[in-house]
Amino acid sequence: MKNKRENFLNKSSRRGFLKAAGISAAAIGIGAAPAIKAVSIASGGGDAVSNMPVTTPKAEVLKAKRWGMVIDTSKITDEVVEGVVAACRNAHNIPDFDHKPDEKKYPNTRPVNKTQEIKWIWEEHYKYAFPEMEDEFLADKFKSLPFLVTCNHCKNAPCVQACPTKATFKREDGIVIMDFHRCIGCRFCMAACPYGSRSFNFRDARPFIEKINPEFPVRSKGVVEKCNLCAERLERGLQPACVEASEGGIVVGDLEDPESEVRALLKENYAIRRKQELGTEPSVYYIM
Amino acid sequence: MSKNAIIAGLVVFVAAALFPFWFNIGGTNAAPEAELSAKAKAAKKCVLDKYDMRANHMTILNDWRTSVVRNSDRMYKSTNGKTFGMSLSTGEDSCLGCHTDKAKFCDKCHNYASVNPYCWECHTDPKEVTNEK
Amino acid sequence: MLEIAIKGSKKYWIWLAVLLTVMAVAFAVYIDQFMNGLMITGMSRDVSWGFYIANFTFLVGVAAGGVMVVIPYYLHDYERFHRITILGEFLAVASLIMCLMFIVADLGQPVRMLNVLLYPTPNSMLFWDMCVLNGYLFLNIVIGWKVLEAERNQVKPPAWTKPLIYLSIPFAIGIHTVTAYLYCGLPGRGFWLTAILAPRFLASAFAAGPSFLILLCYLVRKFTKFDPGWEAIQTLSKIVCYALIANVFFFFCEVFVVFYSKIPGHMTHIQYLFFGLHGHNALVPWMWTSMILMFIGIGLLVVPAFRNNQTLLPFTCIMIFIGTWIDKSLGMISGGFVPNPLHHVTEYAPTVPEVVISLGVLATGLLILTVLFKLAATVKEEVRG
Repeated sequence: MKNKRENFLNKSSRRGFLKAAGISAAAIGIGAAPAIKAVSIASGGGDAVSNMPVTTPKAEVLKAKRWGMVIDTSKITDEVVEGVVAACRNAHNIPDFDHKPDEKKYPNTRPVNKTQEIKWIWEEHYKYAFPEMEDEFLADKFKSLPFLVTCNHCKNAPCVQACPTKATFKREDGIVIMDFHRCIGCRFCMAACPYGSRSFNFRDARPFIEKINPEFPVRSKGVVEKCNLCAERLERGLQPACVEASEGGIVVGDLEDPESEVRALLKENYAIRRKQELGTEPSVYYIM
Repeated sequence: MSKNAIIAGLVVFVAAALFPFWFNIGGTNAAPEAELSAKAKAAKKCVLDKYDMRANHMTILNDWRTSVVRNSDRMYKSTNGKTFGMSLSTGEDSCLGCHTDKAKFCDKCHNYASVNPYCWECHTDPKEVTNEK
Repeated sequence: MLEIAIKGSKKYWIWLAVLLTVMAVAFAVYIDQFMNGLMITGMSRDVSWGFYIANFTFLVGVAAGGVMVVIPYYLHDYERFHRITILGEFLAVASLIMCLMFIVADLGQPVRMLNVLLYPTPNSMLFWDMCVLNGYLFLNIVIGWKVLEAERNQVKPPAWTKPLIYLSIPFAIGIHTVTAYLYCGLPGRGFWLTAILAPRFLASAFAAGPSFLILLCYLVRKFTKFDPGWEAIQTLSKIVCYALIANVFFFFCEVFVVFYSKIPGHMTHIQYLFFGLHGHNALVPWMWTSMILMFIGIGLLVVPAFRNNQTLLPFTCIMIFIGTWIDKSLGMISGGFVPNPLHHVTEYAPTVPEVVISLGVLATGLLILTVLFKLAATVKEEVRG
């Protein structure tokens, strides 16, 4: 609904804006002759310009009504955790503050403050992942078990409600995602998230990325980021990077589809969610 | 006394206001031509007409960004019937997929016009990344 | 009227030069923050708001405190406040400008701040905060200026200022209520998740704002020929007294609820602030200092002999101002973020650059305050002489 309205606004203001942008950009930048032509194109019928992009989603896109994740805690070992975290790091150009910056490329990089690190998916112990369920008689195997925590892509996401610019928003398929271009870095979403799933770019990340993956952008300093459920991979028909690296420990699928693998897992196993009592309706389940 | 001060002030003000003009007197200020890569030349047609592209590529990129990030639509069907990936730098059908030389295609004019698009704070020229390792 | 500001004594110019120097140094540090990001601050992934937002929250209170002179004067025709109402309004103006500067200093991408207007989002409390803060600032500038100008010309203020004055009252309450709503509507933060937060914010605001105003009245009396009047100051001190008692009372309501119910997610924050948690106790001395200062403040204001002592009162006000500042800025922000939602403890302390930038904002505020108060005092002198 909101998206539609935005589109409409785009369309109606588009021609006027294009004219202004075209005139000013061309006149300032390139010189007079093309400017005159640009104006004549922009005002004369406007064949080329007034057409909105005709978009066609690719066929291989993975789609869902509401994306969800099921983590089978019995299959998550320390090695799996390592692989998952590394896969996510490589897929999304997440800086590693332990990485020593290349002196030649990034001279005089200031020392890092580890508390300002960026995490999309990481390991926690039970008592931190589920702090309100702390239990002195908890079965021993759970005490040391690594729990992978990440953005829960909540149905009622407090971060989405808090964002003053709609830079973080909920897609129709349930993924809570960031528009890095729009984020003003107020960090209200970080205060709002009850799972500590959000990170802020306190500094330029590039010196701390060992090898930049050109498939995904780096972030500029001053914006908030978090797990995007590999939206960019789903659109190319690929499973999220963590799923691929998890050796079967993580399954991602459509929670609204009774036939999906995630639903089958939830039907057969006892699964819990983090801080369920808050009513945020997380979409990440943990099979115990 | 105050008359002279006012005139002196005006002279300074006018000189300062005209700074860009007298500062550039005598320099060569011919507009550069963007150089097309072989691949772009072979393709002949871009997303929009040449002049339209020249004037409006930033708006197109803006729309693409909205489309990709907010509406998760990534394919663009241009008026000439071709389809493109709505991406600045990823994939063969993206901007840099065809215009392979960012320095000669993008930077040349941007530098001339003193515009500094923040695209490249985050998006990477794939060539740059492969060269560095 | 502004021409008054460029005629001043040597002391006046030295004071302005000092403030400008601080501003210049802070601006240089801010450039570093602008270029390199908020890495220069002590904030972290877990404590994602710090000194800037803390001071912002406190100063919203100081701004809202101005309404404590507006209500008695305009709603109850309390004549003794006639002379200081303008001071309250101008204090609000300076405080609000500092608030807005602190917000901008805190943004990761300040150049994009107009996105809040480009993509208005009514479900975000920050959007409403932006509306009420700017609204209240605008109202106070217009009202303060027009009323002072009328006084200078010895005519009645234009009739249209009256509705604006009445409108400014709900706005004053509004700025601090909405600022409290920024915090108390967040599901995962037990320390803030309490309905008492907005009332408590207001109570501490009505203590901090007027006590600062009392101090300013003393300064105005010392440095200008304008006397705000001892009776007005006495009434203000009573307001401070009631508000401070309310603030402490609300805090104890919170303490009771939290520790009687024993819900861990709510208890841990207050434990951290006053006793330390898992060996982390950076704020413990601060919080107790704050409590002691507020209690001494109450003692010195409740007893008429102390309250009416002209020499003692400014010291009482300084204590209250510091006490409420610690309570509402340091404690309120760090307390909410520590421990984090996963119950990890990451402590926060501002860095030197962060403090310098904050001092720069304060210096800017004081500069504006000095100029505005000079205008007010000079006009009052002119009219009387």
